Amino acid sequence: MSVTETLPDTAPDKGGPAQPLLIVRDLQKYFPVRGGILGGRKAVVQAVDGVSFEVKKGETLGIVGESGCGKSTTARLLIGLIDKDRGEIIYDGQDLGGTLSLRDLRRGVQMVFQDSYASLNPRLTIEESIAFGARIQGLPDPVGRARRLMERVGLSPDRFAQRYPHEVSGGQRQRINIARALAMSPRLVVLDEAVSALDKSVEAQVLNLLADLRREFGLTYIFISHDLNVVRYISDRILVMYLGEVVEVAPVDQIWSRQAHPYTRSLFSAMPSMDPDNRTLEPPLSGDPPNPINPPSGCRFHTRCRLAESACKTRVPTLRPLSVGSEHLAACHLHDLGSGHSKAGKDVLA
Amino acid sequence: MSENLVEIRNLDVRFTGARTVHAINDLTLTLKQNETLALLGESGSGKSVTLKTLLRLLPPKRSRIDGAIEVNGVDVLTLSGKTLQAYRGEEVSMVFQEPGLALDPVYTVGDQIAEAVMRHKKVRREEALSTALDMLRRVRIPSPERRLRNYPHELSGGMLQRVMIALALACRPRLLLADEPTTALDATVQIQILLLLRDLQREFGMGVIFVTHDIGVAVEVSERIAVMYAGQIVEEGTTSEIIKDPRHPYTRGLLAANLHDVARGARLNAIPGAPPPLDTRPDSCSFAPRCPLAEAACRAALPPVHVPNDRRRVACIHANAPVPAE
Amino acid sequence: MTAVDVTVLDAPATVSGQGYWSGVGARLLRDPLTLICLGVILLLILSAAFAPWLGLADPYKGSMIARLKPIGTPGHILGTDEQGRDMFARLIYGGRLTLFIGLTPVVLAFFIGGTLGIVAGYAGGWINTGIMRTVDVFFAFPSVLLAIAISGALGAGIVNSLVSLTIVFIPPITRVSEAVTSGVRALDYIDAARASGANALTVIRVHVIGNVLSPIFVYATSLTSVCMILAAGLSFLGIGVRPPEPEWGLMLNTLRSAIYVNPWLSALPGLMIFVTSLCLNLLSDGVRSAMNVRD
Repeated sequence: MSVTETLPDTAPDKGGPAQPLLIVRDLQKYFPVRGGILGGRKAVVQAVDGVSFEVKKGETLGIVGESGCGKSTTARLLIGLIDKDRGEIIYDGQDLGGTLSLRDLRRGVQMVFQDSYASLNPRLTIEESIAFGARIQGLPDPVGRARRLMERVGLSPDRFAQRYPHEVSGGQRQRINIARALAMSPRLVVLDEAVSALDKSVEAQVLNLLADLRREFGLTYIFISHDLNVVRYISDRILVMYLGEVVEVAPVDQIWSRQAHPYTRSLFSAMPSMDPDNRTLEPPLSGDPPNPINPPSGCRFHTRCRLAESACKTRVPTLRPLSVGSEHLAACHLHDLGSGHSKAGKDVLA
Repeated sequence: MSENLVEIRNLDVRFTGARTVHAINDLTLTLKQNETLALLGESGSGKSVTLKTLLRLLPPKRSRIDGAIEVNGVDVLTLSGKTLQAYRGEEVSMVFQEPGLALDPVYTVGDQIAEAVMRHKKVRREEALSTALDMLRRVRIPSPERRLRNYPHELSGGMLQRVMIALALACRPRLLLADEPTTALDATVQIQILLLLRDLQREFGMGVIFVTHDIGVAVEVSERIAVMYAGQIVEEGTTSEIIKDPRHPYTRGLLAANLHDVARGARLNAIPGAPPPLDTRPDSCSFAPRCPLAEAACRAALPPVHVPNDRRRVACIHANAPVPAE
Repeated sequence: MTAVDVTVLDAPATVSGQGYWSGVGARLLRDPLTLICLGVILLLILSAAFAPWLGLADPYKGSMIARLKPIGTPGHILGTDEQGRDMFARLIYGGRLTLFIGLTPVVLAFFIGGTLGIVAGYAGGWINTGIMRTVDVFFAFPSVLLAIAISGALGAGIVNSLVSLTIVFIPPITRVSEAVTSGVRALDYIDAARASGANALTVIRVHVIGNVLSPIFVYATSLTSVCMILAAGLSFLGIGVRPPEPEWGLMLNTLRSAIYVNPWLSALPGLMIFVTSLCLNLLSDGVRSAMNVRD
């Protein structure tokens, strides 16, 4: 086991170990859907609505959810690729837009995208692509840094530095993208479906690499994926999103043994059983997730929830700990004795 | 006359052009009526090419096909013109990964299903439309009368895939080919479609070949699994046999990479490297360069095919060796 | 433990790192039709450029007695025009003006329209709306009418034709440039570059221009033939180049009256326009396919 070091030229820690590396409070992003000749506003997609969470230093937070749940929008908001409508992003104790500039945030937070091909400029060599960010940030010796990182992610610089993205395989390209993100010496890496497009055997290699890099450089990850198995493997805590809202957050072991929100429960039941003698008999949910343009009132999941009652249609549940001091949070009336749900407080999900 | 619905014998598919690709190499496969077989493999393993060959969808100028394919006793490789058209749709039909691309955006879903029925069954429009309505019901689409008049863009992803399945089954084919039909769908929708396909297979009594890269999906949907690697079938057996007693090192690697039961944070036993380029026909075990058990014999010649029981086979020297304790 | 499996190194190596442009060159060399067209264009440009040193007859000196001599007349290999001037010399000299007026507006429009389109495509929002709606106004008119209208308003003359033709070609190039740029703008590598803290100018310089330039360039190349025909048309109508300057469009106009006397002779300037624009079109097609990386 190597001594935990940081990447060269990492910005120094400011808040101390107890300060969460990232705090997100009440983040909101609505996208207008424009139409008509004059491009007038027709409707609003509520992509991210009141999302709050924390990422501790050195942990991996997994974010899961289905298409349209806002997980990718959240990722892009975190590194300022799109502007938030409302809410706070606090990195190592500093408020973005207040004491922290966007440029400094981007030193500390980097991102790896799903599509390994689209996230590399086809006209730049691999070495140039990796060195670009370091050069922009004015870090010393960008090319040498790029070559060392290539070595570190398992690509021999002598063989790969001068190649172009279309000349290497998908797994190799994703290694390049990881090296490119690390070239800025970030402390937090947002991995947005970073292994989803890879073949299973290659995915395992990249997951091993990510685990090694995290240990070696003391990195913090936000790992976004739709694959629960992968998220469980790599994460310390899991955050579940549905239609732009957080419905449940918990440490992996707790959520794996007990899902507190009916949606999380369904998501877990929808996983293939992997047991030919015990196959899934009944789909946990019917229909597709509703459109985030006009999300349902009250609890957004009530239209698909088997336990929904009238209270769910009218009252918006808040994300609250299952018991005092618990790290397991869920936004469901079942766990709120004062919600008016007839089964509140009873264990009806097991 | 064999009792098999599909019989593929010694199939070779080669793409010619700027560079030659040996996509399928000596593939032999059988499927009985009423059976669902999952073709499991990663990108480039030749699973989709196998399906396209079965439907004769490969561009004739750039591909060379050798071997024999019989579906329901018909020699597929000699079909042409009218008989090929009749074969596609009536005997065999296909469900694609992206239903949004496979359906025509300018016609209602009812019209598209009815049109296929009219073309193949030579019936009148009213009758075809009532068949279309019946099909939408069978794929469990809520309020089918209304959906009949919807255009594809008005339907969600899961709904579109149901329509695609209704279209594929409208002429009651004996064989359904499914090319990763749930890969583009969300998890909660994927399981619905898998269960639907399982029910419909039983209801219609057809044979299904289901191509997927996801071993979990294969377990949910199929009775048998054939694992493909580099254009060959490396292991075949019932789903139980493949999951509980995998014999080929590649199958074991795929199972491990599924992460189903892996301890959190433990180092993954990843298959190293990447699949081989297929610019030459393999003359030794294609998996040997990535195989932890490879020895000189693996690199010298094609592996022997062990047949532990009828319809179970493993193309590996070590097929009979005891499974090493993990 | 620092074991990252270096086994990935065993992965099949594809083509070794060869430059983009050498690849384009290699693909062009395998395309005989494009090479022939390139040859023809180069020949036309060179002969026009070096016309005074080719020992040709004086293209301005006419002769009252040697008018409309047929093709193959001794001393006048391609005959003489309606004022007895040597056709071969006039066609070669005519290439100077014709190519100049045909190419310059496209080059100018390439820079102006390309820049406008890149700015509109990258910035999006109201900047995009502003630029593109303005461009659409010009798009509403057929290009020929627009050229005639602007030229007519500005008055005849070479500079005015250049200006009017440039204005005509800015909108289509802006359109293409904007479309290509918006496409590239949506790709993840632009986001990755922005996430590294680069400002808009740097992202455009390093990541956008290289990826949008070739499609815009190829499109502009395909416009040169249209531009040449339009320029010739302006001269033909008398609002472009003035006599006695040799220019193919103008020559076509003045020889019009001779079409019954000597049809082949009067067709010669038209043939030159036809061959040049055909070659330019085929050339731009060839360059387009050679620039396609993923094939």
